[in-house]
Amino acid sequence: MTTTLSTPTGADLEPTTRRRRRRLGDRLLFAYTWLIILWLCVPIAVMILFGFNDTKGRYNTTFQGLTLKWYGRLFEIPALTDALANSLIIAVLNTLIAGTLGTLVGLALGRYRFRGDGTTNLVMFAVISAPELVMGASLLSLFVASGVGLGIPTILIAHVMFSISFVAVVVRSRVLTLDRYIEEAARDLGAGPWTAFRLVTFPMIFPAVLSGGLLAFVLSIDDFVITNFTAGTTQTFPLWIYGATRVGLPPQVNVMGTLIFAVGLLIAAGNVIAARRRPSSAR
Amino acid sequence: MTATIRTQAGQPTGPNRSDTPAIELVGVAKEYHSHGDVVAAVKGVDLAIGEGEFFSMLGPSGCGKTTTMRMIAGFEDPTRGSVFLHGEEVTGVAPNKRDVNMVFQSYALFPHMSVFENVAFGLKRKNVASPEIRQRVAEMLAIVDLTGREKRQPRELSGGQQQRVALARALVNRPRALLLDEPLGALDLKLRQHMQVELKRIQREVGVTFVYVTHDQNEALTMSDRIAVMNDGSIEHLGTPREIYEHPATKFVAGFIGTSNLLGGAVSALDNGRAVITFGPGERIVVPLPRNGVRPGQNLELTVRPEKIDITTAEPAAGDRSIVRGVVTEVVYLGTSTNYNVRTSAGSEVVVFDQNASNADFVAVRGDHVYLSWNPQHSYAIGDR
Repeated sequence: MTTTLSTPTGADLEPTTRRRRRRLGDRLLFAYTWLIILWLCVPIAVMILFGFNDTKGRYNTTFQGLTLKWYGRLFEIPALTDALANSLIIAVLNTLIAGTLGTLVGLALGRYRFRGDGTTNLVMFAVISAPELVMGASLLSLFVASGVGLGIPTILIAHVMFSISFVAVVVRSRVLTLDRYIEEAARDLGAGPWTAFRLVTFPMIFPAVLSGGLLAFVLSIDDFVITNFTAGTTQTFPLWIYGATRVGLPPQVNVMGTLIFAVGLLIAAGNVIAARRRPSSAR
Repeated sequence: MTATIRTQAGQPTGPNRSDTPAIELVGVAKEYHSHGDVVAAVKGVDLAIGEGEFFSMLGPSGCGKTTTMRMIAGFEDPTRGSVFLHGEEVTGVAPNKRDVNMVFQSYALFPHMSVFENVAFGLKRKNVASPEIRQRVAEMLAIVDLTGREKRQPRELSGGQQQRVALARALVNRPRALLLDEPLGALDLKLRQHMQVELKRIQREVGVTFVYVTHDQNEALTMSDRIAVMNDGSIEHLGTPREIYEHPATKFVAGFIGTSNLLGGAVSALDNGRAVITFGPGERIVVPLPRNGVRPGQNLELTVRPEKIDITTAEPAAGDRSIVRGVVTEVVYLGTSTNYNVRTSAGSEVVVFDQNASNADFVAVRGDHVYLSWNPQHSYAIGDR
């Protein structure tokens, strides 16, 4: 194999040698691809595996045999259950609020020229690129200065603030690819502004709204830095886990992580299947 | 079909609606504000389009033809002036409340709906009963030759088929007028020529007024009953294809429609309603006097179509013809005809189309000295407006 690799050009190679070299290249690419996939999956696999760990002590770090008991005792730690509930409430509300507002911002930025559109665009990207630490700290001083009590509402405000940008950017890039005459065609055929939006514009931007919404959900449910600044004494799932690492993570955390991951996987799979079925259903 | 023949100078005749035009524009102007400047896209257009007429607005991009059409459809509001549809003022009325439909250059089909749903869209908005919707959509798809494609998605159709869906989607609503914005622009030449004939047939079949925006002079000449040639926000010439081709009103129209040869010189004499321009020995141009007249010594510009000019190596009999001498600079064989580019003794470039009627050799080759001659009736003095 070393001889084939040291040959400078492919032109003077025997056909069989060239074929073998290509086969080797294919194999290397194949192996490399799977290594990357494996590398990405190992932490998740470890998380899932240790959810089934029959651990005896306080530390869930050595594997001591398979069990399903943690699934049965999922809600045995009230503080963890409350934290997860808080996280889910915040994430769902954030998805709805940031999803709606972000879609409207994205539509406006993608479709219309207006006074301050450039500034709005800049602010959207500034929020995305601003360090979370800075945003968290400044939000905390803002809330403290204005005398607002910290808790779920302040966490939600903070999450909506940073999620809007992501939804807006996703929706805006979708809107920019659309033919704006399609909406005019709907108006021309007798649809009022709202009907045109409902029947034509929204179905066309829906995939982007969905991705933006999922992004908002995911960003919210595992946000730590900004949440830590704006939570006060309220616990969320990531905050609780961070606090628990010092005394040892219970396997319930792994189980919850596994379930959240599974739901995400289902949504992603559903999305792929829906995308595959759309063109075929037309026939 | 030109029930109302009014030129751009014609003013609307008030409440007399016996021959109400399908579409009437009165002093319509559109200005945009851009970076503090006022840009005039349309500078006062007066226009009356008759019932059932195939009317084209022709001009280069940026001449205001599309803006004018969008003001008829209601997507733009005129800065000044009024739009009438069947005698009823619609200025400021929303597009969904106007009884005209539009075919967009990009077709603008709804990508998430089937062909049937696309065509039925307008009827559903008008709450037409669904058996009637099915019947009318089927009829319309038959007219545009798309029967059996109802369940297809737009992206599964070819460009020509998408074009016909767009046409059906607009026509199924039985609009008082159909507005078409360069509908054939995205098709290849063969299909475009086929669709030109198709459009004309469909227009005859449904009898709807067509307003057709294009920058393609052949398209406009082929299909239209009348053409408005637009330039820089105004109508330069409004007339039948023949009038516009044979008697272009301005230098711009002469240059934009077909190939025109521009010649000129100082008028040396007036003779029996015609101006005579003489050059060297044996050379003279005779041209009918322009409407506003001309005095000897004044400069006069005139245009002659390339197919009206005879090219010979021998000096033609003097007679009544205009005669100019020149040197052939290029010969292009085009199958049905041969193009000669000739530089005249006065320095103008003239193009001559010579029909390849017989199997005779070329009249001249590059570098030959030739005589160009034409009947003065085929040349027109043009003003600058």
